[in-house]
Amino acid sequence: MIKSLSTEDTLENAGLTAVEDFANWARANSLWILAFGTGCGAIELRPLMTARFDANRFGVAGRPTPRQSSVFVIGGYASVKTLKRIIRSYEQMQGPKFVIALGICPVNGGMYFDSYNTINQFDLYIPVDLYITGCMPRPEVLVAGIVELQKKIKQGRCDGANRYIENFDWYKANQKKVIKNWDMPDYNW
Amino acid sequence: MIAEWIGKIGNFTLTLLIVTAYGLFMTAFIERIIAKVQGRIGIPYWQPVLNILKNFFKRTAISHGYMFYLGPVFRIAGGIGTLAFIPVIYGSETFSNFSMAGDLFLVIYFMFFGQLGMALGAGESGHPYSAIGIARGLSQMTAYEVPFALAVISIVIQYDTLSITEIVAAQQGGWENWTVFTNWVATLAAMLAFLGMTGYSPFDIFLAPQEIPIGPPTEFHSAYLSFMSLNRALFGATKLVLFMNLFFGGATGLIELMIKTWLIYMVAIVIGVAFPRFRVDQAIRFFFKIPTLIGIMSIVYAQMMLTS
Amino acid sequence: MLERLQREFGVTDINELKPGLTSLKVASDKTETLIRELRDREGYTHLNFMTVIDYIEDGIFTIVYMLHNYDNKDTLSIHVDIGRDGEDMVSIHHLWAQAWTYQRELREAYGIRFPGSPRLDEDFVLEGWDQIPPMRREFDTKKFSEERFGHREGRSSEEPREHMKVKLYPNRGGDEQ
Repeated sequence: MIKSLSTEDTLENAGLTAVEDFANWARANSLWILAFGTGCGAIELRPLMTARFDANRFGVAGRPTPRQSSVFVIGGYASVKTLKRIIRSYEQMQGPKFVIALGICPVNGGMYFDSYNTINQFDLYIPVDLYITGCMPRPEVLVAGIVELQKKIKQGRCDGANRYIENFDWYKANQKKVIKNWDMPDYNW
Repeated sequence: MIAEWIGKIGNFTLTLLIVTAYGLFMTAFIERIIAKVQGRIGIPYWQPVLNILKNFFKRTAISHGYMFYLGPVFRIAGGIGTLAFIPVIYGSETFSNFSMAGDLFLVIYFMFFGQLGMALGAGESGHPYSAIGIARGLSQMTAYEVPFALAVISIVIQYDTLSITEIVAAQQGGWENWTVFTNWVATLAAMLAFLGMTGYSPFDIFLAPQEIPIGPPTEFHSAYLSFMSLNRALFGATKLVLFMNLFFGGATGLIELMIKTWLIYMVAIVIGVAFPRFRVDQAIRFFFKIPTLIGIMSIVYAQMMLTS
Repeated sequence: MLERLQREFGVTDINELKPGLTSLKVASDKTETLIRELRDREGYTHLNFMTVIDYIEDGIFTIVYMLHNYDNKDTLSIHVDIGRDGEDMVSIHHLWAQAWTYQRELREAYGIRFPGSPRLDEDFVLEGWDQIPPMRREFDTKKFSEERFGHREGRSSEEPREHMKVKLYPNRGGDEQ
């Protein structure tokens, strides 16, 4: 099961570069965000979908189920309890999938750097494709971040999902070090 | 004989492409109008196509058994099958598809077939929300099929034929011949049923994102979801063409087809944006009360017209 | 009323912190009867909250109950001292049902048990917690965070006042008014 999702799977390696470019263009212009507000960043996601900032004109829509979404927005701090659910939802998403980390907390712990319950470096547990710093970044910054992510996808540099599968054991070891009551299967897809 | 069939299949493929493209762009167009009403820009015109393409290019890593794959297959088979037997443009050899005598009941059967097939697939997915969504969707579908079937029986009595082509032929020759003016009771019952058929507000509880995560298509992802989205556009446009043929005089040209179907769709949209969502038991109770009554009255009305 | 409480329940240290807020101290075995008396006879029917102050120097926890009276808009803050090591406290969940949430939180954060309180030993916020209760002052939360979650290099902190002086008001000689 894990082997079948390796990097050899992309169209690029099959020699069809033009098709992969077209696929990346389609993926970039139709980003579906998982409607899971993990922390304080959720309060900036909601105005993003309303009339003033209108993420719909970029092709961004919210989906309630991880099976159908391709972007996971980590809004702000991730406590250990939420991290377990984030991991479970992230693994249920189908590749190619991208992670945007909002706020300074996923970078170095932010203002909760000395808390016993929030993690300090999010990159150890889930691969992140784009960081947007701030506490919280305003919706305009989020829109700029989405445009930046679209550019990165079109260049083909967003391979967080592949990195997760290649370094699966390292990520799992980090996750298990932090989440002590591991009562779910090792991978959730 | 073979050449004739190949020609027909080629024409049908052309109709399929045109109707699908029309359905996709009409969805985007209506979304943009709603967005303008809400004071924002809205999605680009090609967004539904992009969504389908993006879903198609996603990988899939899960499997729920082969029944799960049959869900979108049955759904799109129902969509294509429904379109195959409806004459799209009256009087045109290219666009009359495979219409024949008695195709009205076949079309109604195919409309139900798609939803049942998806129920099979969604039930196999093992997600509890899919099962709840399917239970709600199917019970709502049973409820709105009643006034629709009664209205169809009424116009069958009125026109004394089961072939859609002949029903369209009987409505030619001036706008006062349309069914909406000769048998307005049946049209009213059918339009009320149409509100439920579109799966749009106020009868969209079975696939509303805030109620249960998307309902029946919860576990469907990547290529399966793109097939189902394609079917949603195709089937929506097909239903509009059917209603136009049965109740609004059919179309003799592509422009007339687009204008009439767009206007019929706007009726559903205008009512939809004004109303909040109904719960499923409220929706079923609604459909079994007034629209069924109007449907029964339409059969009486048609009989009276026949004997008078 | 306060004199009657002093006489009957041995209430001490009555302070009026501000108009409408009075604090008093009571022994731990008289707490539940005092609170019941206040709720039933004196009109203090609203439990604002229940929390704990950790006096590690004196070796006690001080549980604080805040009760509010809607008739004369008065708030009473009741301080109860209990020991720091595993001493149980009487639960008041039968007086106000919402007290079980506070008692669960205190069990998880400080280790104070309230026998009889519903769902006391379930995980409240921390799942799979294997250290001492984290809000106790002997728990070094910064050290724990660095060990468990790591530390990202390149993190620096600024003192806000100095930063503003330098960055925003460089031309004013040390006076940011």
